[in-house]
Amino acid sequence: MNIVVLVKQVPDTAAERTLTGTDHTLDRENSDLVLDEINERAAEEALTLKEENDAEVTVVSMGPDSALDAIRKVLAMGADRGIHVCDDRLRGADVVTTAKVLAAAVGTVTDVDLVLAGDAATDGQASAVPAMVAELLGLPQLTHVRELALDAGRVRAERETDSGEATLGAPLPALVSVTEKINEPRYPSFKGIMAAKKKPVATVGLDDLFPDADHAAFLVTRTRVVEAVPRPARAAGTVVTDDGSAARRLFDHLLAQKLL
Amino acid sequence: MPDVLVLVEHDGARVHKSTYELLTAARRLGDPVAVLVGAPGTAARLRESLARYGATRVYAAESTEAGEFVGSPAVDALYLAVRTVDPVAVLVSATTDGKEVAGRLAARLDTGLLTDAVDLDSSGTVTQIVFGGAYTTRSEVTHGIPVIALRPGSFDPEEHPGDAVEHALAVPPVDPAVSARVTARRAALAGDRPALTEASVVVSGGRGVAGADGFKVVEELADALRGAVGASRAAVDAGYYPHQYQVGQTGKSVSPQLYIALGISGAIQHLAGMQTSKTIVAVNKDPEAPVFGVADYGVVGDLFSVAPQLTREVAARRGGS
Repeated sequence: MNIVVLVKQVPDTAAERTLTGTDHTLDRENSDLVLDEINERAAEEALTLKEENDAEVTVVSMGPDSALDAIRKVLAMGADRGIHVCDDRLRGADVVTTAKVLAAAVGTVTDVDLVLAGDAATDGQASAVPAMVAELLGLPQLTHVRELALDAGRVRAERETDSGEATLGAPLPALVSVTEKINEPRYPSFKGIMAAKKKPVATVGLDDLFPDADHAAFLVTRTRVVEAVPRPARAAGTVVTDDGSAARRLFDHLLAQKLL
Repeated sequence: MPDVLVLVEHDGARVHKSTYELLTAARRLGDPVAVLVGAPGTAARLRESLARYGATRVYAAESTEAGEFVGSPAVDALYLAVRTVDPVAVLVSATTDGKEVAGRLAARLDTGLLTDAVDLDSSGTVTQIVFGGAYTTRSEVTHGIPVIALRPGSFDPEEHPGDAVEHALAVPPVDPAVSARVTARRAALAGDRPALTEASVVVSGGRGVAGADGFKVVEELADALRGAVGASRAAVDAGYYPHQYQVGQTGKSVSPQLYIALGISGAIQHLAGMQTSKTIVAVNKDPEAPVFGVADYGVVGDLFSVAPQLTREVAARRGGS
C-alpha cells in the first residue's frame, strides 16, 4: 500500500507574520517557519496506517529550500521517502497552481492508494487545496475528517463541520483531509532523526513535473494582490469591574450601540 | 448586462441568508443567475425567494442523488452552468463546503480563485482580511472567470424583486469512483442556532467556563441573543465543547456584529479568529487577560454571575417587544 502525505511549512502562528513590501507575498526571512500543525497530524495518521497496513509513506511538500526541514521532520517521525517541489518560479503561487503542482507530484508516485493532508494550513486558510488536488487527480475527496478507517479497498471517514457530522465512504484510491482533532502527533525519536538523514528525498522542479508544458502558458498565479495595508491594532475599550451591576450596564451599552 | 453565477445554499425548504448576500453582491457585477442543486421540486419551491433578491434566472440541477455526495453535484452543476452562460464571475459562500466547491471549480476551469472575500467592487476586485486580521488586502483575478467565495455576513441582503425563469441543467450522474458518498448524517449540535460563520452574534466560552456543564450558560446567552456558540481552543482541548465550534487559528474565523467572549483569556490563537468582529465584549475574572486589549467593552467579573444576568435582561426585552 502506498500513502502520500502532503505537508506545508508555515510561519509560526505564535509569532508576528508580515508581507513583503514589494509583491505582498509572505516575508519568509522575517518569520519562524514550522511544519504546519494540522499537516503534522495528517503525517501522524499516515504513519499509524503504515503500521497497520504495511504501507510505504511518501511525504510531499512544495516550498523553498527551507521546506526540506518540514519533510525531514516527517521522515524523522517515520515516513519512508520525500519529494520536495522546489522551484523559484513557484514563489507566490496561488491555490490553483499549488494544487496542480501537488497533484503532479503525487502523480509521480506509482500506485497511490491514499493521499492524506491537513484540512487547512494555518497561514492561507483557504481550506480548499486538498479537495482541489483530489479534483485534479480524479479521486474521491473525504475532507474535514476526525476519524478514518481502511477496509477491503475502501475508506470510511467521520466528517465534522459546523453544518453537522456525516459518515463518508469511498473506494480507494482516495484523498482524505484531517482536522486537528484526529490524533496527537508523535515526537521524532533520536533514532528517527538520525535515520531521516539517510532517507531519500527527491528534489523536483516545474520542468520535472510538467515536462511537456508550454512555459509561456504556465501560470504561477491567476490572481494578483493589488494592495496590502496593515490593519491598525484594536484599541482596548471600556473596562468595568463587576459590582453586581455590570450585566445591567453591559445590557444598556449593547442597547445604545443598537446591538440588541 | 453580463451574467454572474451564484451558487444557492439551501436546506430544501429555505434559501440560506448567505445566498441573498451573494445575490446582492452579484448585482455589482451584472445580472445574478442562481445555480441550484437539490432534490426534484426544490427549484419550484425556492424560485420566488431567489427572484425577490434579484436572481434573473434559476438554473436547476435536480436529482435524487444531489444530497448523497459532498461537493461533486455542486461543482458539476456550476461547471456546466459556466459552459452554458459564460458568466463574468462565479460567487459562492465561503462556508466549509462552499470553499471546497469554489476551489474545485477553479481548478477544473483553470481560473483564478479568491476566497474569504469581505467586499467586492464593480471591477471584480475583492477585499480580504488576512493573517488573523493583520492586513487588509485587495486582490483581483488575472486569468479566467473569477471564482469568488464571499464570507457570510459581509453584505446586507437587499431585495430587488423581479421574475426568475427556471431552466433545467442536465448534469450527468455523479461518478461514485471519484466522489465520496454520504452514508449517514447527524445534524449539528447547534440545532436551531445559526451557523457559527454566518451568525451576526457569537457567544464563545473558554477555559473559564470550567466544564461541559458550564457551557449551558454560554448557550443560554447565545439563544437569548439568537446567536451561535463558539469555543476557544483551550475549552475544546479540555473537552468542554466539540471541535467544530472552535474559533481561532486552527478553527473557524468569525466576523459577527457582536462577539461575546466568556472566560476566554485571549491567546493569540483565539484572537486571530475573532478580532475582525465589529464589536467585542469580554467577561473574565482576570483583569490582566489579553482579551481586554481587544475588547470594546470588558467586564472584570465572574461569568457565572454576569452572563445569566445579561441573559435575563435580553430575554426580558425580547419578551416585552
